[in-house]
Amino acid sequence: ALRGRHHQEHPRTQMAHALPSLTYDYAALEPFVDATTMNIHHTKHHQAYINNLNTALDKHSELKSLSLEELNIKVTTLPEDVRTAIRNNGGGHWNHTMFWKWMAPVGSVNHAPIGSLKAAIDKDFGSFDVLKEKFNAAAAARFGSGWAWLGVKEDGSLGITSTPNQDNPMMDGVADVKMTPILGLDVWEHAYYLKYQNRRADYLASWWNIVNFDTVVELYDAQAKK
Amino acid sequence: TMHKAFLAVVLGVAFVGSSFAQNLELPKLPYEYNALEPAIDEATMKVHHLGHHMAYLNTLNAALTTLRQNETTKHLAKMGIDKLLQHLSEVPAELKGPVRNGGGGFVNHVLFWNSMRPGGAILAESSTLGARIIQDFGSFQEFKDHFSAQALRLFGAGWAWLITHPADGFRLEVVTTPNQDTPAMEEGKVPLLGLDVWEHAYYLKYMNKRVDYVAAWWSVVDWEAVDARYRVAKGEPVAGAKAEL
Repeated sequence: ALRGRHHQEHPRTQMAHALPSLTYDYAALEPFVDATTMNIHHTKHHQAYINNLNTALDKHSELKSLSLEELNIKVTTLPEDVRTAIRNNGGGHWNHTMFWKWMAPVGSVNHAPIGSLKAAIDKDFGSFDVLKEKFNAAAAARFGSGWAWLGVKEDGSLGITSTPNQDNPMMDGVADVKMTPILGLDVWEHAYYLKYQNRRADYLASWWNIVNFDTVVELYDAQAKK
Repeated sequence: TMHKAFLAVVLGVAFVGSSFAQNLELPKLPYEYNALEPAIDEATMKVHHLGHHMAYLNTLNAALTTLRQNETTKHLAKMGIDKLLQHLSEVPAELKGPVRNGGGGFVNHVLFWNSMRPGGAILAESSTLGARIIQDFGSFQEFKDHFSAQALRLFGAGWAWLITHPADGFRLEVVTTPNQDTPAMEEGKVPLLGLDVWEHAYYLKYMNKRVDYVAAWWSVVDWEAVDARYRVAKGEPVAGAKAEL
C-alpha cells in the first residue's frame, strides 16, 4: 500500500516545460515564411521563453501544477516576484506553441474557413475577405512588438484584437478584449524581419497562404460546444 | 554639414524643426551607410534610416499637418516636436498615438545616428561627462555593464538611455523606455545617449543575439558628441557651437 502511494504522482505534477516539435520542416512554409526565420524563431526565441518560464516556476513550485493555459488566464493573480516573468514567458510559450499549429505547408490543410466557422465568419464579418482585412489592420496597427488575434468572445461571437509583447486575450485583467484565441499572428519583428524587413504588410499578405484552418476550425468548434 | 548635424542633436531638433509651417525632413546620416561596419551592418543602416526613421517622420508630418489645420490645435504644431512630446495630454485622442509614436520615433533616431560615428570616440576620464560617470557609477566599466544589462532586460521593443537630471545637480541615470517613448517626454529629463533595441536595429546581422549587438555597439559610440550634449545641458561652452534657433 505504501509503495502504491509512493508511485502515485499528483496528476498535475509536470516535468519542466519543453519545446514542442514542429510537424513540418523549417523550410516547409517557404516562400511565405523563410526557413532561417522558422529555425531561429523555434530553436532560439520560443526556447528562450520556455527556459525563462521554467526558471520562474522553479521559484514557486506550487505553480507547477497549473496548466500553461491556466498560468496565462490567471497571470494577474500570480505572486508578484514572478508575475511579469510568467506573463512574458508563459505568454510567449503558449503563443508560440499555438503559432506553429496555426501554420502548415501549402496544400496540406484547408487554408480557408469551412463549416460552422465559415458561417460564423460570414455572420460576424460579412466574408472571409473582410475578416482578413480587419485582422491585417489590427496586425498593422500594433506598434512595437505583439500579436494579432481572432477569437471567440464571451458572448460566443467572433472578435479581432491585438495585444502587446507576449500578452494574449486569455489573460484576465490584462487584455482589452477577453477572448479565447482561435488564430494568432506574431508581429514581433523577429517573426518576419529576415525576409520582409520593415515591410510588415507584405508579411501579413503572405502569411494567409499558409494558415492552417483545420486547427482554427477545431478550436472554434471546441469553443462553440462550451 | 557634420557640424550642423552635431548642433541639431546638441540643441534638440530645433535645426530640423525650425520651419513649423511645412513638413519636417529626414536628416541625412552624418556618415556613409557602411561606416559603422562591422558593428552595425550596411543593410540595417539603410532600412533603419530610409525605412523605419522615414516612416516615423511621415507619421509625424501627417499628424502635424492635421494639427496645423485646426484653430484649436495649431499651437501644438508650432511648439516644436520636443515640447509637443511633453504636451501629449493636449493632443486630440485620435492623434496622440501618431504624435507619440511618430514624433518619438523621429527624435529618437536623430539622437541615435548622432551618437555614433565610424570607429567611435573614447570618453576621456577628464571630460565633464567622463568624470561624472565615474562619480555616479563608480567606474566607466560599471556604467557600461549597468547600461548593457538594462538594454538586455528590456522585453519587446524599446530603448536604453543615459540621461541627466538638470534639476538634480545634473545627476546621471540609466533608464529604459518602451516602443518609441523618450525620457524627454517628462520635463527635467535630458537624454544624452540612446540605444535602439527594437529587433529591427539588429536582427539582420545578429538575429536573436541582442547581447552581441549591444557589445558591438559600444565600439561606435561617439562619446565626444555625448559629452558635448552633457556640457550644453549644463550650460558649459562647447567649442564651435552657436545657439541656433
